[in-house]
Amino acid sequence: MRSSGSPRAGRRRTVLRTAAAALSLATTAVLAGCASADSSTDTSSSQSAFKPATQKDGSQITVWADSTRLPSVKAYQKAHPDVKMKVVTYDGGADGSSYLQSKVQLFDRTGSGWPDVVFGSPTDVTWASEPTKPGAKAFAAPLDDKLVPQSTLDGFAKGSLTPCQFNDHTYCLRNDIAQVVLWYNKPLMDKWGYKAPTTWEQYEALGKRVAKEHPGYLVGSIGDTNSHESYFWSGQCPAFNLVKPDTLRSDLKDDKCVRMAKMLDNLVSAKAVTTKGFFSQGFAKDSGDKVLMAYGPSWYGQYVFKTAFKTPAKQMAVGAPLAWKGESTPATGNVGGGVWMVSSHSANLKASTDLTTWLATSDENQTSAPTYPAYTEAAQAWLANPANSDYFANDVSKPFQQAADQVWTGWSNTKFSDATAWSSVVLPALTAGKTLESALPTWQREISNQAKADGYQVVNE
Amino acid sequence: MTVLETERLAVSSRRRGTAPRRRGRSKVGYYFVAGYALLLTAFGIFPTLYSFYLALTNDRGQFTGFNQFVKVAQDFRFVPAFAHMLLYLVMWLVLLVVLVVLVALVLRTRVRPGTSALFRFLYYIPGALAGVASVLVWLFMLDPDVSPVSWLLESMGMHSFAAVLAPGNLPLILVLIAFWTGAGGWMVVMYGALNNIPDEVLEAARMDGAGPWRTAWHIQIPMIRQWIVYMAIMAFATGTQLFVEPQLLQTASLGRVSPTWSPNQLAYVYAFQQGDFNGAAAISVFLLVLGLVAAGLLVARSNLFKLDEK
Repeated sequence: MRSSGSPRAGRRRTVLRTAAAALSLATTAVLAGCASADSSTDTSSSQSAFKPATQKDGSQITVWADSTRLPSVKAYQKAHPDVKMKVVTYDGGADGSSYLQSKVQLFDRTGSGWPDVVFGSPTDVTWASEPTKPGAKAFAAPLDDKLVPQSTLDGFAKGSLTPCQFNDHTYCLRNDIAQVVLWYNKPLMDKWGYKAPTTWEQYEALGKRVAKEHPGYLVGSIGDTNSHESYFWSGQCPAFNLVKPDTLRSDLKDDKCVRMAKMLDNLVSAKAVTTKGFFSQGFAKDSGDKVLMAYGPSWYGQYVFKTAFKTPAKQMAVGAPLAWKGESTPATGNVGGGVWMVSSHSANLKASTDLTTWLATSDENQTSAPTYPAYTEAAQAWLANPANSDYFANDVSKPFQQAADQVWTGWSNTKFSDATAWSSVVLPALTAGKTLESALPTWQREISNQAKADGYQVVNE
Repeated sequence: MTVLETERLAVSSRRRGTAPRRRGRSKVGYYFVAGYALLLTAFGIFPTLYSFYLALTNDRGQFTGFNQFVKVAQDFRFVPAFAHMLLYLVMWLVLLVVLVVLVALVLRTRVRPGTSALFRFLYYIPGALAGVASVLVWLFMLDPDVSPVSWLLESMGMHSFAAVLAPGNLPLILVLIAFWTGAGGWMVVMYGALNNIPDEVLEAARMDGAGPWRTAWHIQIPMIRQWIVYMAIMAFATGTQLFVEPQLLQTASLGRVSPTWSPNQLAYVYAFQQGDFNGAAAISVFLLVLGLVAAGLLVARSNLFKLDEK
């Protein structure tokens, strides 16, 4: 391609201007004649039938799990001593870590080394359900393809398998859901004569009252890396809405986003909602006992109130997700919730699938799981376990179960983490004293740019 | 002064030229460099060539000309990442050159030898910490909740770690970390270079009536100029490779720092999150060219290799 241009440029070297013109022409030719630099978006291989690797009965399986789920895997190993397993601990995709993804990228290049079963985040399924390069096989095996019976898949909470579904296949089993609920300190609320809100309007009004009557007490935080999932996902704000597999709708001018932002801005300026994160350094020590209410996922009880804030038992109570006044469609957000995937390269799919199913659905494992199970039957067993409910001041079964089926499916998992734009653009703006409403356009631009860089078409309306 | 310098060069080159060359061109020298050459080829030259190959092709192995470079340059994160890095480099190089030379001069001429040795040792200590450990130390220093100098941060209006890590503060923070870990070693090197200046030269300057500042400015600094240039080239190269510090700040700040703050981080995201090794290679070629051009300019302007060529 280049040879057609350079000799011409060489012959006329004496005439400088002509040479320059020829050179620029040649460059154009080189650029025009060359193949595109875009990565191939070839999904045909994932759509064609799944071809398992050569199976070897009884061969060893490698399991990657985070430290939280390690005891579960160990328990399986103990109960099934005949299954040869190698267990590896890794960060499990926490805080947007891309460890699994970078490793699989490299395994796809070297052609070996894949783990058989992995615990990951819903974001991981977006890339694991597609080949990472031409000729490679998608890392995650389609579990609905003769591996896990349909009846098992039907047993998961409504919408909880949505993050697993691509190209009409299910690539993972959801381990836990993190449905967003209302948290409040019951003894304090009773003492001050407050009633737990059921609508956002009541939440705002109560927040302002608290700020006036008991300054220093808080009704929420928007300073964490996942706060947008608690508030904007619950508010059905179309920030990360995949309308087609390759088309992302991100419209933060939508009324649903703006009204949520305005309400939070009001509460922030009243000092009832803080822009410091619950997880930020020093928060537990300084303000942990000042949290009257919070809006967050089901694991807040265990990990924020019990472990971080050391709130005594029988204080925190759970309320159903909030709705806007006069709107009947209930919806809530979701903050995390892990998934189990089986590798399509596994030489022992039988053992791998069996382990995955046991981990995600069995009462045996999930009854004492640290987080709320996505599998409905297991969730009932989990709620029936006193160890999971004794800490709370009210019966959490109803609000938890209700919220589990109300997670809004219009907030999609994309190939990029939804936390990046929020944390690196919106949170610094809030720290600098700007309002949430004024940060919406920058947030939208950052999301759109990231989506385009990851190959999505972007719609902003 | 230039006369003095050339004389010294002439003397030293004559000395070099005579003795070793006569001893015969033994093959031993080649054996000594063979190990390094082998490793350089395996871990330096080969990866460089491979990244050129990747940068000029796509993931199907087709030749793409400059399309990869155009593609990454149009990425919305490309310009900010390079702007961050250049801002950081300018601040870091100026601070490094000025302060290191100043401190070395003061330690060499104005401080008693014993005290000077103690200070050089103290300055050098942070450099003994590995990159990651030094970032962790700074994470504590910069968090008003735990920092021993929290009063200083508070007095500057920064009441939380998040406020300290505001996007505008990052280049300065990274320069502080880099200076703290890197400058001590260079102070020791510069001190050694100043030691190399013959006492007669300095005495002659004193006899001519030059005070400490004139001596420093007109004699000492010109005579260690090549060392300063060498330091600038090395510091430029490490500066363009900025990765660990912003990456750790990104994690520690729970994502408040952009994961693509520096070009190297952007290349990392390209390779390991977008699975686009070709685009990542194109970014690294940009960095290579930038480093080569800067080094080339500095070498050409300063005659860095003149001594060895003679």
